[in-house]
Amino acid sequence: MSAVAHPIVDHNVPPGEPPHIHHMDTPTAYGAAKLGMWLFLGTEILLFAVLFCSFAVMRYYHLAEFHDASKHLNLWAGGFNTVILLISSFTAAVAVTKAQKGDNAGVVKNFGISIVSGFIFLLVKGYEYSEKAHHGMFPFVWNSDFYHYKNFLGLYFCMSGLHALHVVIGMGLLYWYGVRPAMNNRFSGKYYTPVELGALYWHLVDLIWIYLFPLLYLVG
Amino acid sequence: MAHSNSHSHGHEEIGHVVPESTFLKVLIALLVLTVITVLAAQVDLGKWNIVGALVIASVKASLVIAIFMHGKYENRIIWTYILIPFILLAIMIGGIFTDDPFRSHPLPFGAQGQQESAPAAPKASAHH
Repeated sequence: MSAVAHPIVDHNVPPGEPPHIHHMDTPTAYGAAKLGMWLFLGTEILLFAVLFCSFAVMRYYHLAEFHDASKHLNLWAGGFNTVILLISSFTAAVAVTKAQKGDNAGVVKNFGISIVSGFIFLLVKGYEYSEKAHHGMFPFVWNSDFYHYKNFLGLYFCMSGLHALHVVIGMGLLYWYGVRPAMNNRFSGKYYTPVELGALYWHLVDLIWIYLFPLLYLVG
Repeated sequence: MAHSNSHSHGHEEIGHVVPESTFLKVLIALLVLTVITVLAAQVDLGKWNIVGALVIASVKASLVIAIFMHGKYENRIIWTYILIPFILLAIMIGGIFTDDPFRSHPLPFGAQGQQESAPAAPKASAHH
């Protein structure tokens, strides 16, 4: 047990604060939880990695179609959503600092902004999808004129749809593990693990969008 | 609540506290890089468009991991966990592209003698 935990604890216990018996559990648990979270985030990246590989291969073989099809995406909507996600990621990061300072109201406020941003993101995404459906560029309502865009649009819907699912899950995590406990003053400098892990998940959602936006909307 | 009693050198109980002003600077940098990506995509640089877009995206991703996700303050074990999926992704993409494009067939999954499994594949591509 200590073989795994030791380097993490060593790193996280500040100078002047020896790991006493009853303090030892907190940093150990904190380090282990964070390590587990990063492992999970790694699997998430690999989940999207498969789609990025498909995108790379399909783009290689259908370059002209990818260029044309990506021009049909709404650049303004995508750009707006990028800004929204970056801001929400910023507030999620700030929430961790607030939690570390024991400012539970700050956690509620900043995670609240992130959750509302996620909601706005989904609304814009829904608008984009309905726009595509209206023009027959959507699964189940394909207009045969756009048949040659199917490789691109199929990947677009898979990638952005899976990403949107992560936004929904992230909103739930921020609420259940961040906002709700913070309303009960649960967090302090000694305990804020759920806030940090929730924020990590939210940053991952942002991280994936950082790659999706230029690939889907800009260079196709 | 009792105040944390160790204020030494900006480190506190269990993790590193990053000041909010640092996050704000990173946010501004991310927004500026987003604008640069959009502007760069309006110029036709041929295949360098996607290279540029991916380089900028990677700079943004590094900022998010290093600062927003506290990666800068993490130890080697966590960095191993951070890097492995990216290495695997690079191997996967590298493996695909060192294999498939150098085969003789012009279209994916079709043609050239191996399996006859894809005669119905749409031929909408590669004629430009």
